[in-house]
Formats: sequence, C-alpha cells, structure tokens
Amino acid sequence: MNIIVLAKHAPDPESEINVASDGKSVDERGLVFDINDWDRYAIEEAIRIKEEKGGEVVVVGVGSKCEDTLRKCLAMGADRAIKIPVDTSLDAYQTAEVIKEAIKDEKFDLILAGMMSQDLNNAQVGVLLAAMLDLPFATAVSAISSIDDNSLTVARELEGGYNEEVTLPIPCLITVQSGINEPRYVSIMGIKRAKTKEMKEVDVKPTISTLEVEKMYLPPVKKAELIEGDPSEIAEKLIEILKDRGLV
Amino acid sequence: MFKGIDFYNVDDLLSSEERLVRNSVREFLEKEIEPLIIDAWHEEKPLDFKEIGKKFGQLGMLGAFIPEEYGCPGANYVTFGIICQEVERVDSALRSFVAVTSGLVMYPIWQYGSEEQKQKYLPKLASGEIIGCYGLTEPNHGSDPGSMEATAKRDGDEWILNGTKTWITEADIADIAIVWARDVDDGKIKGFIVEKGTKGFTQHAITKKGSMRAGGVGELGLVNCRVSEENRLPNAVGLRAPLSCLDQARYGISWGAIGAAMDCFETALNYTKERKQFGAPLASYQLVQEKLVKMLIEITKGQLLCWRLGKLMDEGKATPEQISLAKKNNVRVARYCARTARELLGANGISLDYSPIRHMANIESVYTYEGTDDIHTLILGRAITGIQAFRRELIVK
Ligand SMILES: Cc1cc2nc3c(=O)[nH]c(=O)nc-3n(C[C@H](O)[C@H](O)[C@H](O)COP(=O)(O)OP(=O)(O)OC[C@H]3O[C@@H](n4cnc5c(N)ncnc54)[C@H](O)[C@@H]3O)c2cc1C
Repeated sequence: MNIIVLAKHAPDPESEINVASDGKSVDERGLVFDINDWDRYAIEEAIRIKEEKGGEVVVVGVGSKCEDTLRKCLAMGADRAIKIPVDTSLDAYQTAEVIKEAIKDEKFDLILAGMMSQDLNNAQVGVLLAAMLDLPFATAVSAISSIDDNSLTVARELEGGYNEEVTLPIPCLITVQSGINEPRYVSIMGIKRAKTKEMKEVDVKPTISTLEVEKMYLPPVKKAELIEGDPSEIAEKLIEILKDRGLV
Repeated sequence: MFKGIDFYNVDDLLSSEERLVRNSVREFLEKEIEPLIIDAWHEEKPLDFKEIGKKFGQLGMLGAFIPEEYGCPGANYVTFGIICQEVERVDSALRSFVAVTSGLVMYPIWQYGSEEQKQKYLPKLASGEIIGCYGLTEPNHGSDPGSMEATAKRDGDEWILNGTKTWITEADIADIAIVWARDVDDGKIKGFIVEKGTKGFTQHAITKKGSMRAGGVGELGLVNCRVSEENRLPNAVGLRAPLSCLDQARYGISWGAIGAAMDCFETALNYTKERKQFGAPLASYQLVQEKLVKMLIEITKGQLLCWRLGKLMDEGKATPEQISLAKKNNVRVARYCARTARELLGANGISLDYSPIRHMANIESVYTYEGTDDIHTLILGRAITGIQAFRRELIVK
C-alpha cells in the first residue's frame, strides 16, 4: 500500500498571537511551529498501515519553512518527503493545487490528510485535492475498520456522537479526525535514521489566487460589568445598556 | 508548547536534527511528565523512574552520546545537552536522573569497563530496564573525595568492599551502583559495579529534603560486601576516573540549569505582562523590566556558553576547567533567575502552582553537587594562577 500524507508545519494556536505591522498578517515572532495536530494522527495512521501491509509512506509539506515537520514525519517512520517551498497557507486552493502538481508522478493507493489545520480551521485542502484529482473521499475519519487492495472502510464522525460507516474504492483520499490513534513520539534513533532519508524539493507555483486578505485584527476583548446600586438603580442601568445595544 | 527565549538565535546554530530532538523531547515531557511533577514534589514522592526511565529509554534520552553498538543513540554531546536542558526546564530531578544515568553510570562503564561489562549493562541502562547510581560522596568527604574512606581489599577472585556512600541520587531504587573505593594494597581509587541484592550491600532513601523532592536520593552501605573481579572497572585507576565522569554530568548540568532559568524567565515574563498593580501591568514598570532584562542577558550568555562547550565536547577538546566555568556560571544564572522570578510573582511566587519556587529549591542541590560553586572557583583559580587553593596545612598555635 503506497500512501501519501499531507503534513502542515503550523503555528500552535496557544502561542502568542499578534497582528503584524502591515495589518494583514500575523507576526510570526511569537509563534511556535510544529506539525499540525491532525496531521500527526494522519502520519501515524499511515505508518501503522505500512507496518501492517508494507508499501511506502511519502509525506508532503507546503511552505518555505516546513522542513522541520517533514523531518519529524521521517523520524516517525515515513520513507521519504516532498517539500514544496511556497507559502500558500491562507489560500487552501493554492495549497491543494501545488500538492496536486508536486505528486503528479507519484503512484499511490491512498492519500491521508488531517481533517483541518490547527491555525486556520478551513478543513479544505484535503477535499479540494480530492476534487482536483477526481478521487473519492471521506472526511472526519475516526477509525479505519478495514482495508484491502481494492477498498477501504472507515467510520466518519457525525454530530451528536453518531458515526457513519462508508466504503471507498481505492485509490481515495481521507481526512482524519484527531484521536484516531495515539501518535508515537519521535525517538533520537528515529531522528538519526531520518537523516539519510530523501527529502525532495519540488518547486511548483500556484496559478491563481482565490483569496485576498484585507485586514487582520484581534477580536475585541469582551468585558463583564458588575452593576452596583439599589434595585431600581440597577434596573434603570440595565435598561439603558439593553437599549444602548439595540437589544430591546 | 513552550517556546523558550532565544534572543541571540542560538537555535540557528543547531542542526535540524538537534532542533527536532528538542521538539520531540519537549512534546513528550509536556504530555507525559509535566503533569506528574507538582504532586511528586509536594508530597516528596519521587517520580517512578522505573517506569519513566523506560519511556526515556524509548526516546533515546539515556546515554545519548554513547555509540549505537551498545544500544544507545550514538548522538553527539550537543544532543545530550539539549536533552538535559529540556528535562531540567521541567524539574531538576529529571535532569539528575538523565545526567547520573548517562554521565555517571553509563560513561564509566563505557570508558573504563570491560567489553563484557559494556555488553551486559549499557543496553539495559539505555532502555531504562535497569537504573544505576553513582557512589562517590561519603559522610565525611564531599568536596574532597580524594580522602575517601571506603576500602576495597582483594581476596582471590573477589574484592571486599567496606564503607558508606551518602547523598547518592537514586541510591534506594538503583539496580546497580558504581562505587568508588580505595584499594588498601596500592592506595589507588578503583571503581566497582555493585548489583542490588549483593550480600553486605544496603540501599536507603534520604527523606525530608527541601530540594529535589520529585527525585530520590539516598545512602549506600557496604559491609564486607564481596564483588567479583569481573565487576571491577578494569581501566579505572586513580581519582581521575571518577572525576572524568563528573565532567560529563557537569556538562549536562550546564545546559540543564539554563533550562530551569528559561522556564523561570518565561513564567515571570508572562506573569508580569498579565498582572496589574497601580492600574498597569507589572511589566510596564522600570524596576520590573530591569529584573526581566537582567534575566534575559544572563540566560543568553549562558546559552552561548552551553553551545560553545557542546561543540568543544564534540571535538573532544573541552577541558575540565572549561566545564567548570560553564557549570558554575550557568547554575548561578539559574539560581538568580529562579529567585528573581519567584520575587516577581509576589505571593503566587511561593505557590507550587508556579514553577519558580520549585526550581529555586531544586537549584540549591545543583549548586552543591557535582562540585560546589566554591570548588569550581578553586578549579578555575588553580587554572589561571597555577596555584592550588583547595588544601592547606593547618597550623595550630
Ligand atoms: C540532591 C543531591 C544529590 C547528590 N547526588 C550524588 C550522587 O549521585 N553521587 C555522589 O557521589 N554524590 C552526590 N551528591 C553529593 C554532592 O556531590 C556533595 O554534597 C558535594 O560534593 C559537596 O559535598 P558536601 O555536601 O560534603 O559539602 P562539603 O564538602 O562539606 O562543603 C561544605 C561547604 O564548604 C565549602 N568548601 C569545601 N571545601 C572548600 C575549600 N577547600 N575551600 C572553600 N570552601 C570549601 C563548600 O563549597 C560548601 O559550601 C548529591 C548531593 C545532593 C544534594
């Protein structure tokens, strides 16, 4: 089974977020980057399938600085990596497009992606890529129940704790939900082995832009107010506030 | 995930593999180990190194610089330093465990042991299957181990060991102890591997500590304890052997201490940016900024020192004196930063809910072990003047 995994080098949403001086991007100085959490599950799932069925795991990353994440995937057990050194992060269409181009000579049975990225939450790259490649796909996969040379049966997570089981013909693409497995930690031995694994740079450029950022801003801080005074004063103040906000 | 201050882009001096080691150790510690620390420390219930050691082993955190043929990662000294820095950022007891295992137990077996000893013990120590300790200090001899009283007497194919070793990290739980004793016949210091359960060998914990409470320390007793000649480290003769092990661990401490300092800095910076007094964040006051800046400067210098020393270690050029300078300086930096961070957190600074008070208490051990701050001053003083000031004739009038 040959598997392609998409892995994004993404900022940790808990790091310090400030708007850059251009007012249109995030100041990267406060950000801590690592493999996107959902992709960590995707790469683990791919390695497990390979360990059971044999084959090859190729990890693909987009971004001029994505090397650390690709190396991490190699250290976990991926066989080789493809780095696409263009920064398309905000524009999911561009990301999917450059991946499609970069993997056009790859033979694969399955593409695994994280359901979404921890910074932008678009959940679009995987499905856009499936559409561009004309592949069947399933999103939010929480378990792979069976897999053979011709088909793949997975559980998809629905709202309200329900699951849906779907069978897809191979080749196909799935985006995985976090918690599908317990990703392994990277060992120093693995990191050493990864050193000799191939990391190929494929320089492809997106053809169109589908998104323009006008303004980037932090949400206003929500404030709570304690109204003081006797009950009639409080009521008066409350009515004033409600009227003020156009709520009554 | 923890970001860590890196004002001089020391990260850029690391290879991508070294950065990845840090990232993976950091991630592992944050998920698996950090949540255990406060309770272990508070209750003085040392972390379960029998379990944690195995996890450390799987990641390759034990004996990082020892070759792969002995089941170790065969990484470089910078990598060992990075591991120490990451674990000590969480708690000094973790670094004690890593540095003792790697520098004080595995290193002497690797450097002074027979091939059989290496094959027998190193893979098990690397995987955390067994735990080791290092017995040099005695009740009457700490800074001056050359005057040790523990004795070894050859008897046919065996040695008879007698003496007491105290303040020994992981003494109570260790499966093997590297014990140093003076051969009564030739007067030379020799090293022995003593296994748990050997007749005449006892292991006890020391409790009621005010420092390193998440880790174990204890006492080793040797009463006519017989070990075979096969358990002697054949290539260790004289005081230089145990001291060379200390150099390894001291190197690890020089990185580790900066880890603790970085954690204190980060905690103090975040706290003072959030906490308001007199209508403005604490961080807006000059007095507070001065403290933060001083921490930043000291940490940055310490980071550069670690990195350069790591390179010298990897080139096989580091001298014991260079290691002393880094140990002394960086532990002082950690001591300063822990105390200053504690201060900046006000009353919360004495709560174990925040790390500085714990680091502050831990670092007192680090200041004392592996050569006290004073001893490193004397080592450096001797290096630059050529005059030793450790020892003198006491003239009693
Ligand atoms: C938590 C912990 C873990 C430890 N783990 C180990 C271990 O695993 N293995 C091991 O062998 N040991 C271990 N030790 C022991 C440690 O190495 C010793 O405590 C240390 O070497 C100092 O010895 P001492 O305590 O006897 O102090 P002393 O040597 O009695 O020193 C007391 C004070 O006198 C000063 N002093 C000593 N000599 C001089 C001098 N010539 N000039 C000026 N000042 C001087 C010292 O700097 C110090 O301030 C550990 C200690 C601690 C606290």
